[in-house]
Amino acid sequence: MEYFVQQLINGLTLGSIYGLIAIGYTMVYGIIGMINFAHGDIFMIGSFIALIFIILLGVTAGSSFLLLLFALLLVLVIAMALTATYGWTVERLAYRPLRTSFRLAPLITAIGMSIVLQNYVQVVQGARVKPLQPLISGNFTIMEKVTPEGNFLVNLSYIQILIVVTTFILMAAFSLIIAKTSLGRSQRACEQDRKMASLIGVNVDRTISLTFVMGAALAAVAGMMYLLYYGVIDFYIGFVAGVKAFTAAVLGGIGSLPGAMLGGLLIGLIETFWSAYFSIEYKDVAAFSILAIVLIFLPSGILGKPEVEKV
Amino acid sequence: MTTASPAAKERSFTDSIKDAGLAALVALVLASAIMGLRTTSLPGVGGLVVVPDLPLVVGAVLVVFVGRLLLDLFVWRKIIRIPVGDKWYRRPGGRPLAHHAQRLGIMFGPALLVFAVILPFLPVSDRYVMDLSILVLTYVMLGWGLNIVVGLAGLLDLGYVAFYAVGAYSYALLAHYFDLGFWVCLPLAGILAAFWGVILGFPVLRLRGDYLAIVTLAFGEIIRIVLLNWYTFTNGPDGISGIPRPSFFGLEFERGEHGFAGFFGLDYSPMHRIIFLYYLILLLALLTNFVTIRLRRLPVGRAWEALREDEIACRSLGINTTNTKLTAFATGAMFAGFAGSFFATRQGFISPESFTFIESALILAIVVLGGLGSQIGVVIAAVVMIGGLEILRELNFLKVIFGDNFDPTSYRMLIFGLAMVVIMVWRPRGLISTRQPTIALGGRKPISGEYVGEGQG
Amino acid sequence: MSAAAATQGAKETAGSSAEAPWANDPVLTVDHLTMRFGGLVAIDDLSFRVGRRDITAIIGPNGAGKTTVFNCATGFYKPTEGMLTLRQSGGASFLLERLPDFRISARAKVARTFQNIRLFGGMTVLENLMVAQHNPLMLASYFTLGGVLGLSHFRRAEREGVELARYWLERIRLVDRADDPAADLPYGAQRRLEIARAMCTKPELLCLDEPAAGLNPRETAELNELLRFIRDEHDTSVLLIEHDMSVVMEISDHVIVLDYGKKIADGTPDVVQNDPAVIAAYLGVEDEEVDEVEHEVEAIAKGPADA
Repeated sequence: MEYFVQQLINGLTLGSIYGLIAIGYTMVYGIIGMINFAHGDIFMIGSFIALIFIILLGVTAGSSFLLLLFALLLVLVIAMALTATYGWTVERLAYRPLRTSFRLAPLITAIGMSIVLQNYVQVVQGARVKPLQPLISGNFTIMEKVTPEGNFLVNLSYIQILIVVTTFILMAAFSLIIAKTSLGRSQRACEQDRKMASLIGVNVDRTISLTFVMGAALAAVAGMMYLLYYGVIDFYIGFVAGVKAFTAAVLGGIGSLPGAMLGGLLIGLIETFWSAYFSIEYKDVAAFSILAIVLIFLPSGILGKPEVEKV
Repeated sequence: MTTASPAAKERSFTDSIKDAGLAALVALVLASAIMGLRTTSLPGVGGLVVVPDLPLVVGAVLVVFVGRLLLDLFVWRKIIRIPVGDKWYRRPGGRPLAHHAQRLGIMFGPALLVFAVILPFLPVSDRYVMDLSILVLTYVMLGWGLNIVVGLAGLLDLGYVAFYAVGAYSYALLAHYFDLGFWVCLPLAGILAAFWGVILGFPVLRLRGDYLAIVTLAFGEIIRIVLLNWYTFTNGPDGISGIPRPSFFGLEFERGEHGFAGFFGLDYSPMHRIIFLYYLILLLALLTNFVTIRLRRLPVGRAWEALREDEIACRSLGINTTNTKLTAFATGAMFAGFAGSFFATRQGFISPESFTFIESALILAIVVLGGLGSQIGVVIAAVVMIGGLEILRELNFLKVIFGDNFDPTSYRMLIFGLAMVVIMVWRPRGLISTRQPTIALGGRKPISGEYVGEGQG
Repeated sequence: MSAAAATQGAKETAGSSAEAPWANDPVLTVDHLTMRFGGLVAIDDLSFRVGRRDITAIIGPNGAGKTTVFNCATGFYKPTEGMLTLRQSGGASFLLERLPDFRISARAKVARTFQNIRLFGGMTVLENLMVAQHNPLMLASYFTLGGVLGLSHFRRAEREGVELARYWLERIRLVDRADDPAADLPYGAQRRLEIARAMCTKPELLCLDEPAAGLNPRETAELNELLRFIRDEHDTSVLLIEHDMSVVMEISDHVIVLDYGKKIADGTPDVVQNDPAVIAAYLGVEDEEVDEVEHEVEAIAKGPADA
């Protein structure tokens, strides 16, 4: 039981990170119907930018709480802004010229962009893994089990709280943007019918650009959380995280924001429990199998709209 | 920067400067963090430190500024005209190149074939050239195999390398556990790969488009992870070594009387085996091509193409779409299996490292860049991409310019990725986008790529 | 006449169809067909007969459920309730609601066209017609094996296939465009090609979804002639959905009128044309006014007689 609760906490934390990345996939897929293959690498870029600025600001675990909080917020804002610029540029260079072209072309450029971003970071920052001393340590002990071998503690660490709370605040903020602002309305209009939206005066290019910017900014948050949680990153983290986040988006129902979050949490939980109870080597197999099974039996995901075949 | 439409020709030179300036500004923002601030670990200091690298940022910004300006002036807005270049990239449909290729294509294929046959006997063909040619031909064969699935049937498969792996491991494991030779294993590997194609294809082929792509990607990764972790059976990440080499009708390529050289009274040379492998892959590739061309003219091939054009119409005409998709999937997988067992016998060693997603992406890129469904396009794209990748290994001369710290191999994939993006933006439908009809009452006229469908699944 | 009486009227016409020629040897019998999409009832307890070697038209206002009937008959939808029986002239019969869509075309021999034309745009006109002969040619190629080896048996079958295609191309006057991509044809030619493609499957029943939509008067006249030819020379029964009354009234042997998923009239064109419920449905009058309309119709009908 105690072990189960601990895994539940870990799974939810991991799931929050997946969910943040998944939102980027789901928004882009919703609006232009393509898998933004480079999105996982945008997440990786975000975590590198966060790493660079954390080191640059020189904050350590020893810094005072207020200073640490302020520094992390600053890093978060910088990482979001810079990563968003990357997201914008990728769309501008590799996807926009092909928007009216046929379906496979943007997929190939997306794969190309993914290769470019990975190798760009590898060339400039080096191929070695980048460690970061833990900045936020400490935890609450919420359960305790006394066994002859020693005590098993169920810990809820501050960093886990930070990740989950940040995720939910951002999630709420973005849902609000989609639901209430004119940008959100434009986005939903473009999702329904891009041509019609442009006819009634929606700036389609701008809306799509902003979608990429928002997705990249959220991916940057995920990247920073990943860095703080695991304390080690490299140029290759984007691929696997990206595929899992896409799985999450599909599982939740692609095009749906709450779906992406729900899917992220589920994938995080499945992966954590699979590693904890079965085998850690096959945790990716579990995630990929879930993807295949969901798509086969529930093609529109948990919260997605079912697709009706038009004859 | 957002207004670089080709139509806006009237605007002046200063606009171009402004546009390039904006692009440079974006480049500055992008480069500032990742390029300008490098994380490294210094000796004596715990953890990482950030080292600024101003020249790199300045260089990148300059490259973007000048590049953007030149492109704007010469290509997009043509404020300065180049007399010859116009015909090439100006027309949106890409007619001229396709037209020339069409006219040349009639002689081009046979000429290429003759060249491929005599290549080993040309004076330039040393060990390096032959190895490179074998590599290119392997990718030509894989491209042709995937072309059946993606180009003809319109099914987007991102996990094609899984079948290549199945073929390679089939041969390696059959040879390892049952001491079977290459020639027995070659058909078995093809059959096993096709079998896996059916097993994986059956549940997923009703998915459409990008979903199919992502599930095939997932299957490809699953197979690789299983190969990596099933240590007792596949030897895991250490791979399988000592895979037997192929024989020439029972003659091994070895020294002594009973070897290939001894039997024919030749002097022993290690090149014999290389040349033999070259002809083997050439033969396998040509078999793939021959079968594909034949299949296209049969009902099953026409059904594949019809499926790509309109699946619902196919169903209304009594075509069993599931079976048709499965045959395409299995046929493509079979050729990947053949190629895989060739790969295993050529390398003598295989490990899951050779079957990563990037291989699938590479093969797909060859097919798409060549032009979906075009056999000759695949050849051109394979030569350009694989040849290009290998040439990028040879960039050591650039050390003269960039200093001794320059490591060309790490730039290789970066340039490769950029090339993929640039070629795709330049020719979204690939180098040869026209389609050849499979039957005609009068003369066969190529069909422009703009009419040809791209498939839904 | 009240609403109840209007339904009564429909029942009478349905009842009288028991003696109607199409009831004797129907190629397609639809019994109590119901199709629901979630809460929406697209077709509600619909029964009718399609006579052999008849041209039967299904008409009705937009959203009456006509295309849904087609999609049920050709297997693209599985009906919620009801039975669709197809009896071939050879005597074999098939329950269409139990067959997957491609079997309906391959075995039961029901071919169809689509409201928004579905040709294989990137393939030539001839290739389109060859794809339609997929099943017999597949058999002739011994499921591809014989074809890959280049057996003469397949080559002969293919030549025959090309001849069949040429026959239909002559009939729809597209022989000289045989080697052009189908997407390159003008709209009217695409409609004709889709019919020819369906005919290449040698169907017992040909279902046409708005074949005259978008055609000019000359093309419409040609279409009428083509459909008559198909009925008379090929013993193929035709079921069509059409909005163009000139087509319906001119060539149909039998007209079925749907409104809101229900049959409101069933009979020969003359009978249906004068049915007050039909006129009401088309003009969109309230049930109470049907009575008035009926009088008006009678007045008009009498008019010329008086003159």
